[in-house]
Amino acid sequence: MAEAKVAPRPLSPHLQIYRWSWTMAMSIFHRATGSALYLGIALFAVWLVALASGPGPFETVQWFFGSPIGILILFGYTWVLMHHMLGGVRHLVWDFGHGMEPAQRINMARFTLIGSIALTVLIWVVAFIAF
Amino acid sequence: MADNRADTRVSMRTPLARVKGLGASGHGVEHWWIHRMTAVSNVPLIVAFVIIVAALAGSDYPQALAIISHPLTAIILILAVISVANHMRLGMQIIIEDYVHDKGLKIAALIANNFYAVIIAVACLYAILKVSLARILV
Repeated sequence: MAEAKVAPRPLSPHLQIYRWSWTMAMSIFHRATGSALYLGIALFAVWLVALASGPGPFETVQWFFGSPIGILILFGYTWVLMHHMLGGVRHLVWDFGHGMEPAQRINMARFTLIGSIALTVLIWVVAFIAF
Repeated sequence: MADNRADTRVSMRTPLARVKGLGASGHGVEHWWIHRMTAVSNVPLIVAFVIIVAALAGSDYPQALAIISHPLTAIILILAVISVANHMRLGMQIIIEDYVHDKGLKIAALIANNFYAVIIAVACLYAILKVSLARILV
């Protein structure tokens, strides 16, 4: 049997070709943060199952989340969660056909990053004061 | 480019298929729609989730039990788990379909994705219900 010849067709350029733009970066961030949350929810499941298992397992898990590594994970988790939430709201606005103009979409993309950082800091400051 | 079809109003699709509007997959826009619907429900539930988790951060075992087993907390968390588990399952399915091109690997990844989402959801729901019902029964 003769091998089928593949014509040397031009390929569409990929990520490394393009100049980074806000909308492109925030689109990638949205997918990346979604994937991180997908794995990160397992931490919450572990925490809940430990709580349901008894004081021993609970103390172990609570100790881990209170350690420097645990706090760092929770802080990162907060930012990832806020970023994905604001990114999702941005996508919902687009789904309704609003915010499609160049200036609007760049401002919305910037707001996603700035807003998520602001919310993360706010949550941690309030959590420290209130609890 | 010229459209060479004799009559563009004539479609190969049956009238039933057209009126159902479910397309080749038979699912229509179900995946897209549930993804958006759970995105909307996630927003208030995640805001509540963040507050609950912040309250749990410094608490000991009896305090944590009291917070999770409170009916309002438990109901919010159950709703959040159902909404989030569905949303993340649909989202990861899109990522798998975009990046995994090998057919066997794709099917394996799609099955694993569904298993993971169900395991996470059941583990969370079981733990919330166990803690909540224990408070009533004991």
